[in-house]
Amino acid sequence: MFSVHLILFLFFGAICVAGAVNLLVQRHPINSALSLIAVMAALAGEYLLLGAEFVAAVQVIVYAGAIMVLFVFTIMLLNAGVEEQSKGSHVALLFGIPGMLLASVLLGWVLLKHSGTEAVAAGALPGAPKVIGQLLFHEFLLPFEITSILILIAIMGAVVLASKPMGPSGGPPKKVSE
Amino acid sequence: MPIWLYIVASVIKSVVVLFLLLTAVAYTVWLERKVFGHMQNRWGPTRVGPFGLLQPAADGLKFLFKEDLTPPHVYKPLFLAAPLIAVIFALTSISVIPFGNPVVIGKYVIPLQITTDVNTGLLLILGVTSIGVYGVALAGWSSNNKYSLLGGLRASAQMVSYEISLGLSLVGVLIMAGSFSLTDIVHAQQGHFWGFIPRWNIFTGQIIGFFCYLIAAYAETNRIPFDLPEAETELVAGYHTEYSAMKFAMFFMAEYANMITVGCLATLLFLGGWNGPIFGPPILRAILPVFWFAAKVFAFLFLYIWVRGTLPRFRYDQLMAFGWKFLLPVALVNLVATAIGVAW
Repeated sequence: MFSVHLILFLFFGAICVAGAVNLLVQRHPINSALSLIAVMAALAGEYLLLGAEFVAAVQVIVYAGAIMVLFVFTIMLLNAGVEEQSKGSHVALLFGIPGMLLASVLLGWVLLKHSGTEAVAAGALPGAPKVIGQLLFHEFLLPFEITSILILIAIMGAVVLASKPMGPSGGPPKKVSE
Repeated sequence: MPIWLYIVASVIKSVVVLFLLLTAVAYTVWLERKVFGHMQNRWGPTRVGPFGLLQPAADGLKFLFKEDLTPPHVYKPLFLAAPLIAVIFALTSISVIPFGNPVVIGKYVIPLQITTDVNTGLLLILGVTSIGVYGVALAGWSSNNKYSLLGGLRASAQMVSYEISLGLSLVGVLIMAGSFSLTDIVHAQQGHFWGFIPRWNIFTGQIIGFFCYLIAAYAETNRIPFDLPEAETELVAGYHTEYSAMKFAMFFMAEYANMITVGCLATLLFLGGWNGPIFGPPILRAILPVFWFAAKVFAFLFLYIWVRGTLPRFRYDQLMAFGWKFLLPVALVNLVATAIGVAW
């Protein structure tokens, strides 16, 4: 019953959930950031179990590596200290917890209803770099290119916001012209 | 292959490779001190053993017996974890590197690398190196010391910046080989031009890619001329200022293990891997590929030391300007040119 696959799935899943809980519980930003890295890495493990080796590698390189390094970098640069614990908000009590319960019940209901359908075998779905490349550049070429243009616009926006143009004679920064 | 045999083979390979890697790390340090010494008209280590060959052992013993200080003002959990992160990820990345063609024993084919020949071996190395940054960054932050913090900040900024050029410089090779598998990439480099020039990627149009890789790799491993994270003249020792004894030795081991991995990768991707002249009796034929591989990695490590003995350190703004305004465009142009060349 307990195949290696299932054991590994539960192992990575446990790391993932523990990391996510730790992310919320920790009061120091850097510990939270490191928990998030653990979550990302465990997710990469789950992708690998599904046979999506390329997605797993990209998950580690982009999320656990590049993006989280910037998070850690920012925390280091701001020298952010221990956060104060808030008393908890009424919004969370009124809407958050019932909403979460409702969502879990819905999800469980859907999963139970479809439990008859066969599980996808490991490696049955396309995960090799070649297949993904062909899908991206043939079938989904237009969405792919539109997404890249969207990201490009976001980058340019970030550059415009970050570079404060100096006034004449190096005075205080003036407003970006409309 | 039955699963138990697979596990036994993996364990044996891991132990052998780890032993070889750590020995290589120790003797790279010896080689560096020796060669660097001669370049500066000194002798380098001479006292311990013939030619100072036992110096690494003496160093190791010294690291073991030194007092293991933990300053009171550090953030302890991360201060202890940082050297572990650095050394673990430095040693992990060697696991996907093949050292030669698979060996056939009886009816089993055993690849000469710890993992099997995964199709994303190269991506795995990139992923592991991108996580290795945390070792340095967290060491700098958790030391709670301004020099360490500056070193850690510099290291993370520098490694994130140069990782892009590093990745892009490899894509040219990937396009030419048409595979992520390191074994396939080596096989794509077999044969000769006009009977004597080997068809290594460095000779088949990837020379610019090779130099981009070389420069970016030096920056990724924090070596001169890019060793700003530990610039002694400004930052005491940078991110490992507060570390002593074995914890310091772990950073040291991680740095040299990374150098060796980078050298192995350069050999596989640009210098033809284990391809080389094969001759003589069957035993020699079996050993020669691994020998060529080791010789190329050695040449790469020698170049590291040579560069250290030759070049001064960059200034920090020069480092960033060079990485973003020169290296990245060159790597991009190389990528586009390779793509056009292959498509044509």
